[in-house]
Amino acid sequence: MAQAAAVAAQSLAPGKARAARTVLDQVVLPGEELLLPEQDAEGLGGAGERPLLLNPGARSRVRVVCGPGLRRCGDRLLVTKCGRLRHKEPGGGGGVYWVDSQQKRYVPVKGDHVIGIVTAKSGDIFKVDVGGSEPASLSYLAFEGATKRNRPNVQVGDLIYGQFVVANKDMEPEMVCIDSCGRANGMGVIGQDGLLFKVTLGLIRKLLAPDCEILQEVGKLYPLEIVFGMNGRIWVKAKTIQQTLILANILEACEHMTADQRKQIFSRLAES
Amino acid sequence: MAAERKTKLSKNLLRMKFMQRGLDSETKKQLEEEEKKIISEEHWYLDLPELKEKESFIIEEQSFLLCEDLLYGRMSFRGFNPEVEKLMVQMNAKNKAEEVEDETVELDVSDEEMARRYETLVGTIGKKFAKKRDRANYEEDENGDMKPIKVKKMFLKPQD
Repeated sequence: MAQAAAVAAQSLAPGKARAARTVLDQVVLPGEELLLPEQDAEGLGGAGERPLLLNPGARSRVRVVCGPGLRRCGDRLLVTKCGRLRHKEPGGGGGVYWVDSQQKRYVPVKGDHVIGIVTAKSGDIFKVDVGGSEPASLSYLAFEGATKRNRPNVQVGDLIYGQFVVANKDMEPEMVCIDSCGRANGMGVIGQDGLLFKVTLGLIRKLLAPDCEILQEVGKLYPLEIVFGMNGRIWVKAKTIQQTLILANILEACEHMTADQRKQIFSRLAES
Repeated sequence: MAAERKTKLSKNLLRMKFMQRGLDSETKKQLEEEEKKIISEEHWYLDLPELKEKESFIIEEQSFLLCEDLLYGRMSFRGFNPEVEKLMVQMNAKNKAEEVEDETVELDVSDEEMARRYETLVGTIGKKFAKKRDRANYEEDENGDMKPIKVKKMFLKPQD
């Protein structure tokens, strides 16, 4: 908390832009301006502060990707969400910067896989609630093997696992249940039964991280199936209702647990 | 005579499709130019300096997928849904697919093995393409392998 307050005081000082490299994994606040490595020398100005460059002669500018939570404004890089600044080293170019933030409200993003609930059937499109500011539209032709004559069997209230093809601030988001090759690849209507619940968007990303121990542990317990939507929805199903409920409770609870606490719980579950 | 008649006809009439067959090239060009003039006068445009977009070195991307290499969102464990389990392996292996492929290529049939196999095939395939008369020349030996027997052709002197 003290750190956050100090950061806030520092960043609120007018006209003080910090170098992105120096605040990696630190808290950034909306409205702050960040300087990219190439801009350091120009931005900080002073000869004493100038970082030592390995080859000052060949300073070609590389492309930098700014991910969620950051926004480009002309040549400047502004923060739009509060959270920790992250960076990924690239294969080529300047790498990726993004803000790892906690939020519950989902904003549709092109390419995201989400779980939606069909709320209406109107003509040739379905309206799907994805938790965004407005329902997404889903064409009945955007299913694997669907033709004008052969409509997919989708009812109001069904759960849909799909992908956004159109998602921006000005237009209605549009979903599809096929990839670019026309195959379903697991998308489409999610089967019967099961339990749907909502968690924070941060937890979804935490669970889907490639080195996540929670899922590996969960997978050892008993036969089960999980679907994660980037919109904060999780659908789980196990053999019995009791097992399904246990699963949902674990996933919900593990967000704010330490690794030791998690280990304890899983060992206790394995015994019972 | 002809010149007199042309002056009598109105321009609008001359512009009609069926009239253009009889026109000579010069009047045709004139008509076309006039038509172009009318079109270009009707066109309007904004009187603005050309917009020059500055090349940016920052690319905006709003998806977490690119930032954190997230796994595929559908999962099944311990054989609950075999279809999804297969799909899960397939989708999550995409990132590492290139490395895996190289290994599988090497694990296939070795060159030596291939050569040994084709060695036995030479006779069989040869028989297939041989003419009927020559087919008798291919005899099977004890191993069942085909071997062409070469008969040297030479001149036979007829007996009187």
